[in-house]
Amino acid sequence: MDALELTSYTATTCLGRGLDAQLVALRHQSSHLHPCDFGDAAIDTWVGTVAGIDEIRLPAALSAYECRNIRLAYLGLQMDGFEQAVQAAIRQYGAHRVGVFVGTSNAGILETELGYRQRDPITGALPPGVNYEARHSTYSVVSFIRRYFQLSGVSVVISTACSSSAKTFAAASRMISQGIIDAAIVGGVDSLCYTTLYGFSSLELTSRQACRPYDAHRSGLSLGEGAAFALLERPASQPDSQPDRAAVCLLGYGETSDAHHMSSPHPQGLGAKMAMEQALSSAGLQPSDIDYINLHGTATLSNDLAEGRAVLELFGAQTACSSTKGHTGHTLGAAGAVEAILCALALKHGIKPGGANTQVLDTTIGINYLLKNEHAGLRYALSNSFGFGGSNCALVFGMTP
Amino acid sequence: MSAPLKIGKLSAWIEAVGLLAPGIPDWTTGAKILRAELPYQNAPTLLPLPQSLPAAERRRASRVIKLCIALGTEAIQNAGLTAQNLASVFSASNGDGHNIHAICEALAQPDRMVSPTRFHNSVHNAASGYWSIAAASMQASTVLAAFDATFSAGLLEAVVQVNSSAVPLLLLAYDSEYPEPILSKRFMPDAGGIALVLANAPGAHCLARIEISLSQEGPPSPMDGAALESLRRSIPALEGLPLLAHLARGTAASLSLRYFAPTHLTVEIQPC
Repeated sequence: MDALELTSYTATTCLGRGLDAQLVALRHQSSHLHPCDFGDAAIDTWVGTVAGIDEIRLPAALSAYECRNIRLAYLGLQMDGFEQAVQAAIRQYGAHRVGVFVGTSNAGILETELGYRQRDPITGALPPGVNYEARHSTYSVVSFIRRYFQLSGVSVVISTACSSSAKTFAAASRMISQGIIDAAIVGGVDSLCYTTLYGFSSLELTSRQACRPYDAHRSGLSLGEGAAFALLERPASQPDSQPDRAAVCLLGYGETSDAHHMSSPHPQGLGAKMAMEQALSSAGLQPSDIDYINLHGTATLSNDLAEGRAVLELFGAQTACSSTKGHTGHTLGAAGAVEAILCALALKHGIKPGGANTQVLDTTIGINYLLKNEHAGLRYALSNSFGFGGSNCALVFGMTP
Repeated sequence: MSAPLKIGKLSAWIEAVGLLAPGIPDWTTGAKILRAELPYQNAPTLLPLPQSLPAAERRRASRVIKLCIALGTEAIQNAGLTAQNLASVFSASNGDGHNIHAICEALAQPDRMVSPTRFHNSVHNAASGYWSIAAASMQASTVLAAFDATFSAGLLEAVVQVNSSAVPLLLLAYDSEYPEPILSKRFMPDAGGIALVLANAPGAHCLARIEISLSQEGPPSPMDGAALESLRRSIPALEGLPLLAHLARGTAASLSLRYFAPTHLTVEIQPC
């Protein structure tokens, strides 16, 4: 594919609001996971919550969208000058030439979950406050962003569980290369809810401690929440761009299906390996070109084993890898975008992030999983995102020369 | 009102159709109804058993999964292709309403016991996951959520992908009914959908060449006859019925399909 520049990008997770907070946590290998205190959930697990979401208020004209997920999206959009960059792109290209592609898995289902606790005892009806279109609907977050920026072009939610927001980069890059749009807001937003807390718990996939990806004693995932966005444009299409400015670019993507099982990965990581091969081929790179792999690394027994096998087979035992889910928790539909932004930070600041929480590596896997940060110039990074339903996506990012 | 927009046009060829809707059991019958050779009578959608799924998955298959497997199987048979080799684009307004209802009911009980199967079926891409297992297809599958623009959002993504990859692709636009109390918040009366096999060059089964673009012209193209127009308006995935009517009749047309206001998807149809 033709490289696309991330002309602006931002992430908000339990590590804090905006890029600086993410970078500080990467530098210190800090985990911000804590014992679950979400609502009245009674689950013995750890979570990564974004502080202060409930205090956020949306613009009055968009108050129909008030819910945890959209407040998180709104908070995320306001960090790192992202909103201003979008407005500049709209001025440059037109409101119909800037697309919106956001990945989410839960959307605002939390509002409906809470509504079911307050059904009318006679009729069974949900309370009036349950707004399906603006809150529950999977599309709601893009509907909000479209109205907030008054966009009139392509807009869509991609919802493929935990690969959702990684796939927005692929979908947007195809639309730009086919001339349908000139720029795209891509990203992901997912917030905690009872369906995922109790659902992952029912599958016995939640850890009772902070998650420890690729650890010999790993015991499952920690759920997190996050909002991460990037503005994708053709390189140097910004009027103020400097020819000698080093910028982070999307270079390639790969998408496959496991065709194996709804909630377990292919045991050999076959679909994952094919997605990574496609991403490399689409970027015109060899496995040895990749300086750092941000693993999907959920810290479930089966994910890390299958993904590790695929990485070992394709890259060998030398390529530096880690999962940043020990830092952020698993942000589900937002994970692909959060980790894309963490890769952008790694490239820009020359840091290969060591994992957080992982103590004793699972040596049966055999990949070069970093327990400590390494500081080195990075040219290319690959990010993996895999989801229920066997949905796999790998992205390749790099610095422009 | 309709400011000229600088928007690219993309073309693709429609190789085959699958159709399942209230009162329409398949494309063969649907084409006769759309040509006015048979009368249309509204009736609850009948979903065939998904025989192509392994037994374990077949037991867990909900209505929306049966809908997608029926639609995809019909379209691929009509195209004379093998499902294993096709990438897919799935587009739906939202997920499985019965499943969401059952989970929300369970979460409102004191013990909050969510069934693991219900949980893994709750992802928006459940139908895509079951389809890939049934088809043994490891090809890419994208799953869109587009509220009222199920069909147009899916068709746009599918045509873009066909032009990017230059290989045929399966589009599945589908929606399924909600039970109360969600139904009162979002009207979705029954299950229905449209499957298309699209290619970037005319193949042996070519039905029509289409050219799509976004525009601010409207309003959306209606169906002939009150009953079919009511059907189009009742299920977002069936917004593609006017396109199917021209495919059934083998006629050329320029249609406006509902996208996100103020924008529509213009589809120009030229029979093969």
